[in-house]
Amino acid sequence: MSTAAAPIGRPRRDVRGGLFYLLLLFSVGLALLTLAVLVGDVILDGGSWVTKTLLLDPPSVDPEIAGARPAILATIYLGLLVLLLTVPLGVATALYLEEYADKERWYNRFLEVNIQNLAGVPSIVYGILGLAFIVRGIGLGRVLLAGAIILTLLTLPTVIIASREAIRAVPDSIRQGAYALGATHWQVVRRQVLPAAIPGIATGSILALSRAIGETAPLLMIGALTYVSFDPTILGAFTALPVQIYNWIRQPQDEFKLLAAAAIIVLLVIMLLLNSVAIIIRNRYQKRW
Amino acid sequence: MAVHDSAAPLTLRAPRRRYSEDIVRIVLLMAAFVSVVTTFAIIISLLRPAIEFFTEISPWEFFAGTTWTPLFLEGEFGVVPLLVGTLVITFWACLVAIPCGLGTAIFLSEYANPRVRAVLKPVLEVLAGIPTIVYGYFALTFFTPFLRDIGVQVEIFNVLAAGLVMGVMLIPLVASLSEDAMFAVPNELRDGGYALGATRRQVATRIVVPAATSGIVASFVLAISRGIGETMIVLIAAGQLAQISADPRVSLETMTAFIGATAQGDVPTGSIEYKTIFAVGLALFVITLAMNIVSIRLVRRFREVYE
Amino acid sequence: MRTALVIGLLAAVLASGCGGGGGGQTILADGSSTVGPFTTRAAESFKQENSGVDVTVGISGTGGGFERFCAGETDLSNASRPIEEDEQQLCADAGVEYVELPVANDALTVVVNPANDWATCLTVEQLRSIWEPRSTVKSWRDVDASFPNEPLRLYGPGTDSGTFDYFTGEIVGEEGESRTDYQASEDDNVIVEGVSGDNGALGYFGFSYYEGNQDRVKAVEVDDGSGCIAPSAQAAQDGTYTPLSRPLFVYAKTSSLQRSEVAEFLRYMLDNGAEIAEQAQFVPATSEQLTDANARLDAAIGQ
Repeated sequence: MSTAAAPIGRPRRDVRGGLFYLLLLFSVGLALLTLAVLVGDVILDGGSWVTKTLLLDPPSVDPEIAGARPAILATIYLGLLVLLLTVPLGVATALYLEEYADKERWYNRFLEVNIQNLAGVPSIVYGILGLAFIVRGIGLGRVLLAGAIILTLLTLPTVIIASREAIRAVPDSIRQGAYALGATHWQVVRRQVLPAAIPGIATGSILALSRAIGETAPLLMIGALTYVSFDPTILGAFTALPVQIYNWIRQPQDEFKLLAAAAIIVLLVIMLLLNSVAIIIRNRYQKRW
Repeated sequence: MAVHDSAAPLTLRAPRRRYSEDIVRIVLLMAAFVSVVTTFAIIISLLRPAIEFFTEISPWEFFAGTTWTPLFLEGEFGVVPLLVGTLVITFWACLVAIPCGLGTAIFLSEYANPRVRAVLKPVLEVLAGIPTIVYGYFALTFFTPFLRDIGVQVEIFNVLAAGLVMGVMLIPLVASLSEDAMFAVPNELRDGGYALGATRRQVATRIVVPAATSGIVASFVLAISRGIGETMIVLIAAGQLAQISADPRVSLETMTAFIGATAQGDVPTGSIEYKTIFAVGLALFVITLAMNIVSIRLVRRFREVYE
Repeated sequence: MRTALVIGLLAAVLASGCGGGGGGQTILADGSSTVGPFTTRAAESFKQENSGVDVTVGISGTGGGFERFCAGETDLSNASRPIEEDEQQLCADAGVEYVELPVANDALTVVVNPANDWATCLTVEQLRSIWEPRSTVKSWRDVDASFPNEPLRLYGPGTDSGTFDYFTGEIVGEEGESRTDYQASEDDNVIVEGVSGDNGALGYFGFSYYEGNQDRVKAVEVDDGSGCIAPSAQAAQDGTYTPLSRPLFVYAKTSSLQRSEVAEFLRYMLDNGAEIAEQAQFVPATSEQLTDANARLDAAIGQ
């Protein structure tokens, strides 16, 4: 190439680049378009069916008076139970791994790998586990508590991973400062690390919970697909919102398909609420170090 | 603690052993143990009935047989049709998810300005958070009629609708993992490319993507694994016909759909039909476990290279 | 302070989830997906008059229902065929005594897609050729040379279904003998969905599912040698719709009958059988069947 100052001409039109850019836009557009069509379709189908009947009445063979009240209540109970069970277990495990475990030991490494693998196991395998161990094995039966336990096991890896991130994000200087003042390990964890990590833990847990209440397959496996006309109790038969939706989808009559869409709207609203709470917590309380 | 008289020499006493510290450690370790117990429980609950199954049905018949009619009188237990169903549907899903996911990731990483990113990333998160049953509903009630409207003669339960919709479900997974991998590529590499006069496209395709290969491939593998383990979309939209066919317009049964459908009808514990759930479940677990391990290794590799 | 509030709230909600609930009186029913809607409809009407009683109805299939029933898990078992010998043995071994109550009748209906204008009537032989094991019938032309060459798509109940047992027993010749390459589902709604979606489709299920979906599927007349008979309540009751007329049963555990709500529910089901059948689009039980059922119920409660 000559060292003389070459005249700076207009660059050639980058046709290939332009085409590539269009291709990328198309990729993004497909995802966005499908999301829009999906949400739009569900709202169009089910919007008019989201009535007080749907929210407050029990299901029926007659679509006009059918509601999803037992299912909605069961989903709420399941959510609360799962939260109650996963957060302590998940945070405790995360604390162990981050604060107490010697990372060089084989058993701790095994623990980490184990959790990562569990996060990728298909949800229906958790359903099989639940059927064999919890419903039949220990004889709990097809009850709400069994569903809650299975969903807990399903959600636990995600909560653990999220909690670890939150705990890891707490700067070491905080810990060192506390040690310098004479605190014991547990005091450091309990009074400095944990409070600092709580917003991150809360966000992660609520997001994981939101996914958990949308799960259908494990609940199907333990027999949540029954006609239940009464409000659920922890040790009673139950049917959750995703399962009710599945039930209605399978009915061939069009009205039930529309009811299913309406129930989907209810489910999505619940999930949206949970996600919003999580994001608000993240934005308001997340400490910037 | 005793107050020291200033005249007395300071002795270095060993601190009192705080047993509460040990207790805390043990309690936390026990909590962590739950995850280990879960894994063992999964393996045991799958293995025992599966082994019983294989004492009655030869593994050869199971893995190589091409007819799957386990619930009928003279049942045949060849799992190949279920495997074919699973792989074919996952194939169609990846046909959508891999290009679009990667394209979205490249767009987010190399082309989008911060404002667009701030909008797009949450939207992708929403897409990722939609329950699979909603995708199933969409596939059956909107997409299948849509396919028929545009002239594709699909059966009411078919592979194409389930596969393509599953693909859309997987796009956020591929996009976010690939984007993470591309994000980790140091800017110096990009700047170097620009300095040499490369266009944005060239930097993206010849520098960033190759540098992020292991992370990107990890996202593909993870997507395939998710697709293989997905239940609701196929249960609702792909039907229950265990056959071997490459025609995407017909109905196929996947491993997950078989497990899900069979467990709904109450199969008596200990019967051969009950055990087939576990044999198929074991196969499913092993396949997804293998893929997850591969994907974790790949992610670790790309994280190590740059951190 | 705030933590205490949150925990208090959680506890309150959970406490409401424990106990209370169904008022303590729950009747568990499972079994046939054909009979299921009948029991469900009865349960709903019964609940309007006795709000403290809840009935859960599962649809595991007649076979699955009996398994649970003989294991003591359910109070009632819905069945679209009589209990079989090995199931009787299962119950006897477990010490479960029961009473068999015919509650309705059924005209098992063979259906095709509404666009199907060629198969208005099929003989039992033709049906057998379609459904027998290892059948080579793949298109309608194989059924009858005068039919168009439309591919045959089959939908039917799964092996846990009493409808499956009954149909194969009557049409193919032996219970359980059937070809295997069809879309099988325990849920008859899926069969309706399937048949209504494909031009060349054919399926079979209980009469109530046909009655409830007449705009989506078309019934085929069945010729048992004495002419083409369409399925109908009348034909089922007077026995002209052969061989696919059958009684539908609810089996009740004798020990459960000692509970007043269970006995009342069954009495209600029998007394209001005609009305429930009409609402649920079933073929009502004949008066002889009802007298018989009531007598059996009396005897069982008396024990």
